Amino acid sequence: MSLELKRITKRVGAETYIHETSLVLEERSFNTLLGPTLAGKTTLMQLMAGLDRPTAGEIWFRGRNVTGVPVQKRNVAMVYQQFINYPNFTVYENIASPLRVARMAAQEIDRRVMHAAELLRLTPMLKRRPAELSGGQQQRTAIARALVKDADLVLLDEPLANLDYKLREELRDELPRFFADRNCIVVYATTEPGEALLFGGNTATLHAGGITQFGETAALYRRPADLVTARVFSDPPINTAQVVKRGGEIRLGGFRLPVGQAAAGLPDGAYVIGIRPHHVTPSPVTANAAPIEGTVVIAELSGSESAVHFDIDGQTWVSQSPGIHPFEVGSVARLYVDMDHTMFFDLDHRRVEGAD
Amino acid sequence: MAQIQLRELRHSYVDQPAADSDWALKRLTIDWADGGAYALLGPSGCGKTTLLNVISGLLRPTGGQILFDGRDVTDASPEQRNIAQVFQFPVIYDTMTVYDNLAFPLRNRGVDAREVDRRVREVAEMLELDDMLRHRAAGLTADGKQKISLGRGLARSDVNVIMFDEPLTVIDPHLKWVLRSKLKELHQRIRVTMIYVTHDQTEALTFADQVVVMNDGEIVQTGTPVELFERPNHTFVGHFIGSPGMNVLPCEIADGRAAFGGLSVESVNAGAWRGDGGRLELGVRPEFVSFAPAGADDGIPVRVVKALDAGRHRIVETEHAGHKIKMLVPEGEAIPSDTAHVRFAPERTWVYRDGWLVTGEGAAR
Repeated sequence: MSLELKRITKRVGAETYIHETSLVLEERSFNTLLGPTLAGKTTLMQLMAGLDRPTAGEIWFRGRNVTGVPVQKRNVAMVYQQFINYPNFTVYENIASPLRVARMAAQEIDRRVMHAAELLRLTPMLKRRPAELSGGQQQRTAIARALVKDADLVLLDEPLANLDYKLREELRDELPRFFADRNCIVVYATTEPGEALLFGGNTATLHAGGITQFGETAALYRRPADLVTARVFSDPPINTAQVVKRGGEIRLGGFRLPVGQAAAGLPDGAYVIGIRPHHVTPSPVTANAAPIEGTVVIAELSGSESAVHFDIDGQTWVSQSPGIHPFEVGSVARLYVDMDHTMFFDLDHRRVEGAD
Repeated sequence: MAQIQLRELRHSYVDQPAADSDWALKRLTIDWADGGAYALLGPSGCGKTTLLNVISGLLRPTGGQILFDGRDVTDASPEQRNIAQVFQFPVIYDTMTVYDNLAFPLRNRGVDAREVDRRVREVAEMLELDDMLRHRAAGLTADGKQKISLGRGLARSDVNVIMFDEPLTVIDPHLKWVLRSKLKELHQRIRVTMIYVTHDQTEALTFADQVVVMNDGEIVQTGTPVELFERPNHTFVGHFIGSPGMNVLPCEIADGRAAFGGLSVESVNAGAWRGDGGRLELGVRPEFVSFAPAGADDGIPVRVVKALDAGRHRIVETEHAGHKIKMLVPEGEAIPSDTAHVRFAPERTWVYRDGWLVTGEGAAR
């Protein structure tokens, strides 16, 4: 029992929006589509919903071929980044509308509306009309409407993108909980790696109209199959450099770094390394942390964390560490690269692992 | 470039404001030094956009004064104030080239062609737009367009201040990093007064030297990012800044010591409380809560509720007597599975009375 995309593609005129893609989403799962703007997230969701037909391939839902079955004939709920509400309805009636259409008993409608309103902090606004609400409140109304109907498939297309930071943080915490005991498949699209991580569940990384990898979120984050996936799933951007491995040594420009666990057993030769900013730190964290030096471009101290942007071997790298670590702009900073957490990619950008 | 002073600024959208809630801005006084990088941070509806419009001259305040370099500009038009503004959605002339877009504000002011050319090329180089000067703006990506918008703000050498209104909200995270860094770098180079309005703490804290935190039309605290983080003046600042925000827990004080749920907790400022009533709370950030080593039973007994993987750390939610206590645990460190004891860092644990930090004699420092 699942949602299955079988070798679907989507072309519009000469342009390919979705390259051949297959994907299986399990019943009762929370799935994040993670990728930059124009990577294909919205197109993929429209295909899943039945709002659009694939050019080739099939879509199966709970064992039934639903390719070409329009959205009206499927029990799907969708929330867009740009919220849509009925201007003449109160917030209560906006949320209740799909339930009224389904001719649900008034008492059950009330129970569901009140629950969704409470979750989305709309209880005091239930009697107002959308025009009397802030943008954030209108978006929450649209989300609440999608939540009240027991849809088989819930598609959330960057629903928090227009909301205030703090509200986003709270809803991020609440949303998975809301779906935890439901019999549905949730698909959530976002451009933010941090959001995908906090939701847990599964993540599909998208790039240029294709899924680069799909899997359990934390595993995918820590063991991406290729550099594109690692890039899509890093915020701040992952640091990269071309290096040469020779024996027990990695040569990065003028620096010589120990091989570390990640690359032990790899054959000598040229590689691309990728290292996330929190694995480049002002003091050594592990025994295999090796010093490098670079000119400080910017230092950002938020109190909680310090981010230092520095030039190394002609590229700008970022170090991110907890606490306050002041660096003077223009000075030469010494930072430590955790070689055990450094990812190695071959020159075709596929990740390689040493045999250990 | 200018020093900007706001004196007792008030604004109401209501004809005859009476109630406190009628005021969108309630008596704000701010001094911004020439050449500084400032942020106005607060949730939607806090008054930050009203304040921005008052400074730019789009809105005449109900009361108070605005001074640029000591000169009263309260009644001056936006043009007379000479301000450059960058908006959330870039205002770009699609049919013009990138070059002409950047040149537009200068030509408008009758700057001579050679100077226009010099400024445009300088700004284009800073923003790495130099190889697309001949392209039409219509073909650019969202961040490319926002760069032009930034560039137009920077191209004029005569502005008093550049104001940014949520300039990165619609930009993808990767490019946000790039543009934010670029902006900070540019500020370091040209040292024009910049005011950055946002609801996003990361943007405010990483861009600005001084952040003004607003709530309900009032300034709750002004300080460097580090000050706002380490010593929040109000539980609102504690909550609003930080991700997740500060833990705020009910407490009592007896003999100069705070207690939470009957357990004594060391804090910086419990000794400063004068027994003058009010609601007492303890504030401690998730960064300053840690697990006691296994076997140790000092600290607060908790149940571990859940742990969310944020990559570089886990956000762990624990619970004591119905109160949530969140903490950050670095990647790779073990998390007890069921029950444990947590400790609060004493030098980062604060007592609040009716939301405000308790200050005065008797604090530990």
